[in-house]
Amino acid sequence: MSATITIAVNGKDRNVAARSTLLDLLGSLDLDPRAVVVEHNRDIVRHPDLQSTVLADGDSVELVHFVGGG
Amino acid sequence: MSLTGGSGRDRPLVIGDREFRSRLMVGTGKYRDNETMVRAIDASGAEVVTVAVRRVDLDRSKEEALLHHLDPKRYFLLANTAGCYSAAEAVRYARLAREAGFNEYIKLEVIGDQETLLPDVAGLLEAATALVQEGFKVMAYTNEDLITALRLEDAGCAAVMPLASPIGSGLGLVNPYTVRTIKRRLKTPVIVDAGVGTASDACLTMEQGVDGILMNTALAGAEDPVAMAMAMRHAVDAGRFAYLAGRMPRREIAVPSSPTSGMLD
Repeated sequence: MSATITIAVNGKDRNVAARSTLLDLLGSLDLDPRAVVVEHNRDIVRHPDLQSTVLADGDSVELVHFVGGG
Repeated sequence: MSLTGGSGRDRPLVIGDREFRSRLMVGTGKYRDNETMVRAIDASGAEVVTVAVRRVDLDRSKEEALLHHLDPKRYFLLANTAGCYSAAEAVRYARLAREAGFNEYIKLEVIGDQETLLPDVAGLLEAATALVQEGFKVMAYTNEDLITALRLEDAGCAAVMPLASPIGSGLGLVNPYTVRTIKRRLKTPVIVDAGVGTASDACLTMEQGVDGILMNTALAGAEDPVAMAMAMRHAVDAGRFAYLAGRMPRREIAVPSSPTSGMLD
């Protein structure tokens, strides 16, 4: 059995495999990395760094994009 | 000589280092569907189109992204910080927007009150100062207070955006005098943002001499957004040219338009 960790994604707890990267997370959510901006523990993570950023238990991730607004 | 120099032509709107031909900017919120939005924006002739930054909805499968409907080559996408109630929050959203977007422009909103959505002036100035330092071109949504507008200009904002009336209210230009005063005193472009409800509001607003108008609900909330977009496009042009032309003086008595001589006995 592989170990899991709990992280918060857009404010909701989610279990992911230990040693997952941000790119793994986007893949598991079926999200195109080019279509979202990723904030990891309040820091923006650019696309080239998604693969090298490893998640730790208790991390907070925000995934945002543009929506309609005035 | 009129402001067109007798040419009957307008000059482009310059904000930061960008030039725009249309003085009408439109939002993308609250449309009943994306197709109506796209057609309304097309009919408006707008080049600057605003968007908001929000969490991706992870529960909804494969929703179509807004950008799928708006060609970034045709439209200049201006992200906002709508819904932010502190300077720190607005700065955070602006950074995310810059990362998501195509330019360093941000429509800065720091809201101070949920009922009126009026700006928190202290927070606005704090956020504007910080964002200008970070290289943003800040277009600041503000109230109709001249002193705040001057402070925003001093802070280095690329545009100052006083409201006509509260966001989404459709009450029109409540105080032409203050908006006119802000325009007269600032060198920075003045774009009226929020409150315009129908074409006559837009025309009257442009007649004050401001550089442009940003609207969203006036289009999205109309029964026929595409027709209203067309109306707004003409109204903004009409008001702009009326301002440039320099209106005739008002008189309290009639002055005949036809000759008084040459009448029959």
